[in-house]
Amino acid sequence: MIWAVAAAVWITLASGVYLCLSRDVFRVALGLAVVGAGVNLALLASGRLGAGLPAVVPKGEQLLVGASNPLPQALVLTAIVIGFALVCFSLALVLGLIRDAGTDDALELRAAEPVPGDEVKPPQTDPAHAPDWPPEGRP
Amino acid sequence: MSALATAPAIVPLAAAALVTVVRSRPALQQAVAVVGILVLLACALALLAQVLTGETLVVAFGGWPAPMAIEFVVDRTAAALVVITALMGAAAIVFLASDADVGNGHPLLLPLLFGVLAGAGGAFVTGDLFNLYVWFEVMLICALGLLAIGGRVDQLDASFKYLALNLLGTLLLLFAVAAVYGVTGHLNFAALAAAAPAVAPGLWLAVLTLLTLAFLVKAGAFPVYAWLPASYHTLPAPVLALVAGLLTKVGIYAVLRTLGDVFSPAPGVLHELLGWVAAATMLFGVLGAAYHWDMRRILAFHIISQVGYILLGIALASAAGYAATLFYTLHHIIVKANLFLIAAIIWRLTGSYDLRRIGGLYVARPWMTLLLLIPALSLVGIPPLSGFWAKLLLLEEAIGQGRVVWTVVALVVSVLTLYSMMKIWMEAFWKRHPDPDWQPPVNTRLGPAWAATVGLAGVTVWISLYPQALLVYAQAAAATLGGR
Repeated sequence: MIWAVAAAVWITLASGVYLCLSRDVFRVALGLAVVGAGVNLALLASGRLGAGLPAVVPKGEQLLVGASNPLPQALVLTAIVIGFALVCFSLALVLGLIRDAGTDDALELRAAEPVPGDEVKPPQTDPAHAPDWPPEGRP
Repeated sequence: MSALATAPAIVPLAAAALVTVVRSRPALQQAVAVVGILVLLACALALLAQVLTGETLVVAFGGWPAPMAIEFVVDRTAAALVVITALMGAAAIVFLASDADVGNGHPLLLPLLFGVLAGAGGAFVTGDLFNLYVWFEVMLICALGLLAIGGRVDQLDASFKYLALNLLGTLLLLFAVAAVYGVTGHLNFAALAAAAPAVAPGLWLAVLTLLTLAFLVKAGAFPVYAWLPASYHTLPAPVLALVAGLLTKVGIYAVLRTLGDVFSPAPGVLHELLGWVAAATMLFGVLGAAYHWDMRRILAFHIISQVGYILLGIALASAAGYAATLFYTLHHIIVKANLFLIAAIIWRLTGSYDLRRIGGLYVARPWMTLLLLIPALSLVGIPPLSGFWAKLLLLEEAIGQGRVVWTVVALVVSVLTLYSMMKIWMEAFWKRHPDPDWQPPVNTRLGPAWAATVGLAGVTVWISLYPQALLVYAQAAAATLGGR
């Protein structure tokens, strides 16, 4: 059982990292979600697998024998919720980015770090990518 | 009064909720934010007073016995960092009332700002590894919100890069937490410290390396710092000052807590590796800073460079090294945040962050020179400013341990730091403004900005003139690390 889970973690992480290395920003966002799923699987595996018994300590006993440890399962639930929020945010961000930048190629996304035109001096900041001066005053 | 130990997380979370409720009324929102940060500051000072008596505050949630419950533990190290967190929050909120690059006045900026404070505060006081991961996630999502909230395309671009690289770091952290739990069966720091020696050394080294690497991503260490210079400079100034001051330091604190406290003594090879990572971080950070001409990008690269110094203290693996790390962290957060805020004032007065387009400030605002030079020379480490004491403590210990290469790198990097600080001074203050008709604008609202920067400079001067108080505190804090 543990080897099957190990293989599943490995395949999930590998496919997630493969997607993350793509130049397509949408695939990067999906890749991060897949990597998150792989890490969640690994977290689940840290509390024993495969017993199938309920995680209840019998009356009069002190130790849980034979069953899986329920704590990592609770941790995984937390991690899934957090991961879900981040996936939602990243998809919204990527869609907005593709819409505003007009490209989904990560190598062409240079608004924050413009490519230098000169061999020695760094590029000047594009005024469109800087705060407005003079400021209009806050509402 | 052990319930006070929850304040660093609870107060900012409550303030975040309140400023969200009143978001449609900007004046009321700002008033609530000021009250919230003052309550946080008061709680932080109360915590400091408690730990100064030698007491360590522990609160366990849910009525569970010791290794099961999630604990909040406030020792000297945590209390000092909580105070500085509250102070930074106060400076940022005061600065927000000015008109020096404060963003577009989005109503959700203050809730997210308090979210970052809650994440940092929670991370500093928690005594549980998984809980630490959760606080890192709180900081990550709030920092992402602050990055994306402006809506300019460069800010979205920066958010994406911040997201991709930081999320990988966070997932690495979660994986490391799973590995730690898998090999020890514990998450509580005290229980982990007791369980760690029983683990096979090779396995333990692998797990601990993974954990440290995950924290180093968060700290912005070489070679995993690329997210920092790609994103920070797109933030509005007060947010940038807060984020730049705090977020990487939370990563450093986590490295100190793991290697220096919970899992102390950590394998020597890990400290050795960390020392070389620290030296490379210093060097590559400062080289990036020397290249750039945009003040925010110069200062962002200097964060990385200074992270190297702070990590060096942890790499030295001694009480004196850890004391230097704590001293350096406290001094550095104030100085770095102040430099970003002063850069924003320069932007307001001259019209650009790019040093090639500005100048003439020495004639227009001669007193501002002094305001710049206090944090700038402190960052370099010119005596008697606070950075000098921090570097003295650090390099004294490095020399004492015979670490000549690391010391030489640190000194060379100081010279290069001086070069880029002088670049800001020469270009923004000394040379004439490229536009001969330039006059400093008259209808500015800089009062709150002056208050915040002069206040932070005052703290720097206080540390500079009375380093003994902070030094004794840092040494007492370091003496209790790893003492379980």
